[in-house]
Amino acid sequence: MRKSSAIVLSQVVLRKLWVSLKDLLPIILVIAFFQIVVLRQPLPNLMEVLSGSLMVVLGLMLFVEGLEMGLFPIGEAMAHALARKGSLFWLLTFAFLLGFSTTVAEPALIAVSGEAADIAAQGNLIPSKKEFLENYALGLRLSVAVSVGIAIVIGVLRILRGWPIHLLIIGGYIMVMLMTVIAPEEIVGIAYDAGGVTTSTITVPLVAALGVGLATIIKGRSPLVDGFGLIAFASLLPMIFVMGYGLIVF
Amino acid sequence: MLSDAASVLLATLRDVLPIAALIICFQLLVLRQPIPHLRRLIVGGVYVVIGLTLFLIGLEKALFPIGRMMAAQLSDPAFLGGTDAVIDGGWTAYGWIYLFAALIGFSTTIAEPSLLAVALKASEVSSGVVSQWGLRITVALGVALGISLGTFRIVTGTPLYVYILAGYVIVVGQTMVTPKRIIPLAYDSGGVTTSTVTVPIVTALGLGLSEAVPGRNPALDGFGLIAFASLFPIIAVMAYAQLAHFLADRRAKRR
Repeated sequence: MRKSSAIVLSQVVLRKLWVSLKDLLPIILVIAFFQIVVLRQPLPNLMEVLSGSLMVVLGLMLFVEGLEMGLFPIGEAMAHALARKGSLFWLLTFAFLLGFSTTVAEPALIAVSGEAADIAAQGNLIPSKKEFLENYALGLRLSVAVSVGIAIVIGVLRILRGWPIHLLIIGGYIMVMLMTVIAPEEIVGIAYDAGGVTTSTITVPLVAALGVGLATIIKGRSPLVDGFGLIAFASLLPMIFVMGYGLIVF
Repeated sequence: MLSDAASVLLATLRDVLPIAALIICFQLLVLRQPIPHLRRLIVGGVYVVIGLTLFLIGLEKALFPIGRMMAAQLSDPAFLGGTDAVIDGGWTAYGWIYLFAALIGFSTTIAEPSLLAVALKASEVSSGVVSQWGLRITVALGVALGISLGTFRIVTGTPLYVYILAGYVIVVGQTMVTPKRIIPLAYDSGGVTTSTVTVPIVTALGLGLSEAVPGRNPALDGFGLIAFASLFPIIAVMAYAQLAHFLADRRAKRR
């Protein structure tokens, strides 16, 4: 007897939910362990926690599904199409805009810039007036967004030209070390965090698909070796740019 | 509650909008082609937006409050055995915090969607040589070590740049001796780990800890944990590749 399609569908969904649950199991176990064994306190708001956890599991499952259905394919398709079109200008423009636009709208970056402005005002580095704070935060966001755009452009050029990644990265790290020494102390912490914050949950799959897509279609490039590395640049460059911004402003 | 959900949905949409606009413009205006598999793309896009929204709401409802609360409880002087014990014991009194930091670093990394995406791509592209779970566990171990070390730094008050520079020197050194094929992936892993799940919890831990430990400045100390969390995975992934390469070489020599 053939299974009804509803049963097959629910089996597929349950299996995907289980995969998503496995990803979140470590956190649940760690928190449960510490709350029950170490801190020996009951979990407050148990219903909220349970419903929240359910949403996290569900959300993650949908996200991964959407990733494989939509984000990955379109990233690779665009990489292939742009490479086939043969115009370096449009490819680099797309790369820059991808980095810039995803970063400028990034909620985490907006939050970090706001906090950074508050801290700078507290440290009397900028006047505490609202417009100064806003300008500072905006300047921070823009410099991070521009740096990510440039980073993706450099990453794409690297794939096309076959530059070895370790030379570029080591060069980048040396620059970060140099700037850490000369930049004002207050900006250094924020700079390091800016690098971590920029790679958002939506940027990462698209950039990864773009890189791998390009590396696959260009002869002589290996997808594993050349397709990755874009995200590394996108975390490194903001640190340099934010410290530069700090040097200019302070 | 509903208005919170709506605001998260709007924020997620705002996040996705520039990318969608960019892709549409390029496909239609520059490439002058209709968008391939449009229906699948739209459905996938909707899944991503709804999935991410649910994920973020769930994190705010369940995970972050608990994470913040636990960070505060674990660094509470009363828990640590009274203020005197803390000052006398020095950094050894904070054992539970290092353990918690390591475990929470490990588990938030395993849950990190961005890392999952990169691991999926890497596994696909290397035809399974890089296993999805192998990469994620290696990175998670790196983050665990990094964050634990980071909390140690907050407790002892040693300057951030010393650790970071030492870490960079190790990374540069490893880069010269690691099998070349893993290098780009290793560097990407570092950038990817500090994302949606890890950043808020780790930041809360850092801020809570530096507020609780006497004599630390939260503004300067709180930020550094993220830097640790993005540096150590790189070391971990390269070390794993070096180890695998070394073992394979030894096996080949024996034959």
